[in-house]
Amino acid sequence: MSMLTVSGSPHIHGDSSVKKIMYTVVMAMVPAMLVSVYFFGLDALRVLLISSLACLFFEWLIQKYLIKAPVTINDGSALVTGILLAFNVPSNLPIWILLIGAFISIGMGKMSFGGLGKNPFNPALVGRVFLLISFPVQMTSWPAPKLLFGSITSSPDAMGGATPLGFLKEGLKNQTVPELMKDMPDYAMELIGFMGGSLGEVSVIALLLGAIYMLAKKVITWEIPTAYIGSVIIFTGILWLVNPDMYISPVFHLLTGGLILGAFFMATDMVSSPISSKGQILFGIGAGVITILIRIWGAYPEGVSFAILIMNAFTPLINRGFKPKRFGEKIQSA
Amino acid sequence: MEYFGIIIGAIFVSNIVLAQFLGICPFLGVSGKVSTSVGMSGAVLFVMTLATLVTWLIYVYVLLPLGITFLQTISFILVIAALVQMVEIILKKVSPPLYQALGIFLPLITTNCAVLGVALLTQSKNYDLLQAIVFAVANAIGFGLAMILFSGLREHLNLMMVPKGMRGVPIALVTAGILAMAFMGFAGMV
Repeated sequence: MSMLTVSGSPHIHGDSSVKKIMYTVVMAMVPAMLVSVYFFGLDALRVLLISSLACLFFEWLIQKYLIKAPVTINDGSALVTGILLAFNVPSNLPIWILLIGAFISIGMGKMSFGGLGKNPFNPALVGRVFLLISFPVQMTSWPAPKLLFGSITSSPDAMGGATPLGFLKEGLKNQTVPELMKDMPDYAMELIGFMGGSLGEVSVIALLLGAIYMLAKKVITWEIPTAYIGSVIIFTGILWLVNPDMYISPVFHLLTGGLILGAFFMATDMVSSPISSKGQILFGIGAGVITILIRIWGAYPEGVSFAILIMNAFTPLINRGFKPKRFGEKIQSA
Repeated sequence: MEYFGIIIGAIFVSNIVLAQFLGICPFLGVSGKVSTSVGMSGAVLFVMTLATLVTWLIYVYVLLPLGITFLQTISFILVIAALVQMVEIILKKVSPPLYQALGIFLPLITTNCAVLGVALLTQSKNYDLLQAIVFAVANAIGFGLAMILFSGLREHLNLMMVPKGMRGVPIALVTAGILAMAFMGFAGMV
C-alpha cells in the first residue's frame, strides 16, 4: 500500500511513454525478423521493409492531409503495425497486395477511428484478415524456406507449399494423424522455425525471446498469453486424449501457426484488449477456444487472427463486466 | 447433433446480421446503447419465433394444399405484419410490463427483413416444425449477439474523438464491416 500513499514532492518520474513502449515492442520483434530473413532470404527483408514504410507513409498521409491531426509517425506505433502485418503474410506476397494491406491496416483499422488509442481492433490484424479474405490464393501459397546461408539437406513433403496446419487440414480428409505426422517436419524443426508459413510465425524460439524481453520490460502482462496458450493446450489436449487419430497433439498446435505470435504480440495490444486482469484472462480463454474451433472445424486452417479480432469486439463488453470496485463501495457478502 | 448444427450454424457461421446482412436497419438504428440493444434482441427473439411458427403452419396447411406457394412472400409479409400488430394489442392489455419493456421495438420489427428472412429461409431449407423453431430461436440469438457486441463497440466509440468526417454512421459502418470480416473466420464450420 505504500505505493499508493500521496506525499509531497519530490516524486520519482515514471519515464514510460508511447514512444518507449512501441520501440520496446520493435526491439522484441528483432529476433523473429532476423530468423525470417534467415529462413526466407531477401524476400522476407523486402516484405518487412515495404510493409513498414508503407504503414508509416499512409499514417503520415492521412494525418497530414485527411484528418489534419498532429503527425505522430515518430511514436513507433505505425512501425509496429507494419512489422506485425509483414509477420502475418507469406514472403512471396506481391508488393501491390502488401500495399493494399498496409493501407487497410492504417486507414481502416486505425486512422478512421482517430489514430492510436482509439482503434477497437488490432490494425495489423484488420489488414491481415482483409487480405486473407480478398486474396486467398496469394495469402496461402507459402514458399518453402530457402536459407540465406547454407542449403537444405533433407526436405520433408510438407515443407513447401503449405503450412503444417494447412497440410494437416487437407490431409485429415482421408488420412489419420499418425500417417500424416511422418510427412511433416518434426517438433525440433518446428521449434526453430524450419517450415512453411508467414514471416514472423515460424520460429517459436525467436518469438519467445522477444516475449521474455517484453515481459521483463513490463510492456505486456502475463494474463492474456497464459490464458490464451493455456486454454489452447487444455482444449486440444482433451480432444487429443479422446481420439489421437483424429486430433493432433497440443504440442503441434503450440509450435505451428501464429499462436505464439498472436498470443504475445497481437492479443496483448494495449488498445484493443481488456483493462482489468480478470477481463484479460477471459479474453485469452475466449481467443484460445475460438482459435481451436476454427483450426479444427472451420474452413480456414488457421484461426488466430480471426479469434483475436472477434475477442477485440468483445473487449468493450468485457470491460463493462469487470469494473474494479470503487473505493468505499460495499462488498456484497454471501 | 442435428439441432446442434442448426444452432451453431445460425448463431456463428451464417449469422443473420454479419453473414447474411439481414436486419441491418435495427442493427445500425438502435445499437447506440447496450441496454436498448438488449431490449431489441428480446423483442426480435419473441417475434421471430412466433412468426416462424405461424408462417410454417400457414405454408404447410394452407399454401401447400392449395398449390399457391408462389404467394409465399406476400402472404408471409401480411401474416407477420398482422401478427405483430395483434401481439402488440394483446400485450398491451394482458401484460403491460412486457409491453413497456419491448416499447417501440415491437412495431419496428413488423417491417424487419430479418423476421421475414428467417421465415422464408425455414421454408427453403425444408425444416420440420421443431427444426424451424430451433432455427428461429438460434437466429434470434445470433441477432442478439451481433447487436450487443456492436452496441458495446459503439458505446466505446462514443468516448473517442473520432475524426469529424467519420463520426456517427460512417465509423459505425466501418466497425460493422470489420466485425463481419472477423465472423468470416467461422466459415465452413457446419
